[in-house]
Amino acid sequence: MGEAIVITSGKGGVGKTTTSANIGTALALQGKKVCLVDTDIGLRNLDVVMGLENRIIYDLVDVVEGRCKIHQALVKDKRFEDLLYLLPAAQTVDKSAVTPEQMHKLINELKQDYDYIVIDCPAGIEQGFQNAIAGADRAIVVTTPEVSAVRDADRIIGLLEKANTIESPKLVINRIRNHMMKTGDMLDVDEITTHLSIELIGIVADDEEVIKASNHGEPIALNPNSKASIAYRNIARRILGESIPLQPLEDKNKSVFGKIKQFFGVR
Amino acid sequence: MKKRQNVTIKGTKDGIVLHLDDSCSYYELKKELDEKLSENQRTQAERQSTPVKVDVGNRYLNDAQREEIKDLIRQKKNLVVGEIESNVVTKAEVDKLKAENEVVTVSRIIRSGQVLEVPGDLLLIGDVNPGGTVIAGGNIFIMGSLKGIAHAGVFGNDQAVITASSMQPSQLRISDCLNRAPDNAQNNDKREMECAYIDENHQIIVDRLQVLIQLRPNLNRFEGGH
Repeated sequence: MGEAIVITSGKGGVGKTTTSANIGTALALQGKKVCLVDTDIGLRNLDVVMGLENRIIYDLVDVVEGRCKIHQALVKDKRFEDLLYLLPAAQTVDKSAVTPEQMHKLINELKQDYDYIVIDCPAGIEQGFQNAIAGADRAIVVTTPEVSAVRDADRIIGLLEKANTIESPKLVINRIRNHMMKTGDMLDVDEITTHLSIELIGIVADDEEVIKASNHGEPIALNPNSKASIAYRNIARRILGESIPLQPLEDKNKSVFGKIKQFFGVR
Repeated sequence: MKKRQNVTIKGTKDGIVLHLDDSCSYYELKKELDEKLSENQRTQAERQSTPVKVDVGNRYLNDAQREEIKDLIRQKKNLVVGEIESNVVTKAEVDKLKAENEVVTVSRIIRSGQVLEVPGDLLLIGDVNPGGTVIAGGNIFIMGSLKGIAHAGVFGNDQAVITASSMQPSQLRISDCLNRAPDNAQNNDKREMECAYIDENHQIIVDRLQVLIQLRPNLNRFEGGH
């Protein structure tokens, strides 16, 4: 019996889909059998980020309405040996095409065959959100170090706590710009964590490579050299229950002088 | 044996006190009250109006009956009805009274979009985040930080206060007064252990917690102690 994890944020554009794609990929890299579920019906794009758009035949609404079997709608990711699948959202209808009960049933069915179900939640708190959290056991709230994103995350956490079928949500802080945090122009990690008072499960630096990779349909987590990739892999390992310290945010490419200082152990 | 009087009239410094017997029927009582007041009227000189207090003992009067008694007395000249006192209250009234005087303890974080409302005093162990609201009929005591909206004395109690360990509210409301944070709040000084109350100019003032000891002595509920 697997576990369903919903990735949500409230606010749009903070990186829910990217986070879903990368956590799913990273979990598959750890050898887990993963199914990604896109619940953003009408505005799907998890398939684009995963580079699986061309292979979609059936979608989530087809499954729910009985036009096909679940396994017919699942799109297999060829980069993995039978570990990573995607259940795409429908694009021609809207969020009201599915009810929370139907979603709950669907996720429960998927849980029989997969270790982890990663549910990509749409922005907002309306039916799309209610659908996405219906079958979830755990929740990850994504936010960026902006006041508006943190405010919405707070609202979402409140709603998740009210739906007490889900264990206490975990926090991912995305798009961190270290230099802005240092100068105090951005909320810092501690500030956000104490404000939201939920457990931090990962921080991801703002990295242009992420955008590049998304546009190519290859989740950044596949690239072992990127900082963001390591961050996502760490999140996946923390989901699996390992205890891994947070990555330092400092830039690697220090000046020559900095390297010399480091060599002599001067801080 | 002489018939027992159902209505006794007593004169005091502050006016007339009417003692209404609680063992007779309401109908009898009304009749006798009417008679008594009518005969009484003749003896009284037409002077300034006299305040009347009514004591109904162990009789429960519903709202309609109260009005009836009041009307009856008002019809007579010079009499002004003050209050009707009864030893009896209904369970509903007591529950309401109790709720309004109770301190409700809540241990959670009031997040954006959430509203917590209590009839009496609120003791919140946790924070009020921006966009969250706490409302209380009485006082509000917040052990964490207040960053959202707090409304104390919502039924019109001007004496209500708001206290917080960290006071950074977006809005403070007490009774019908409202106070909001300045638009360009750049002061990063810690606002710790503070309270808000309504002063004599009907303005909300935020000050050190300790000023309440002088300003609101009625916050004390504990008698004695050495």
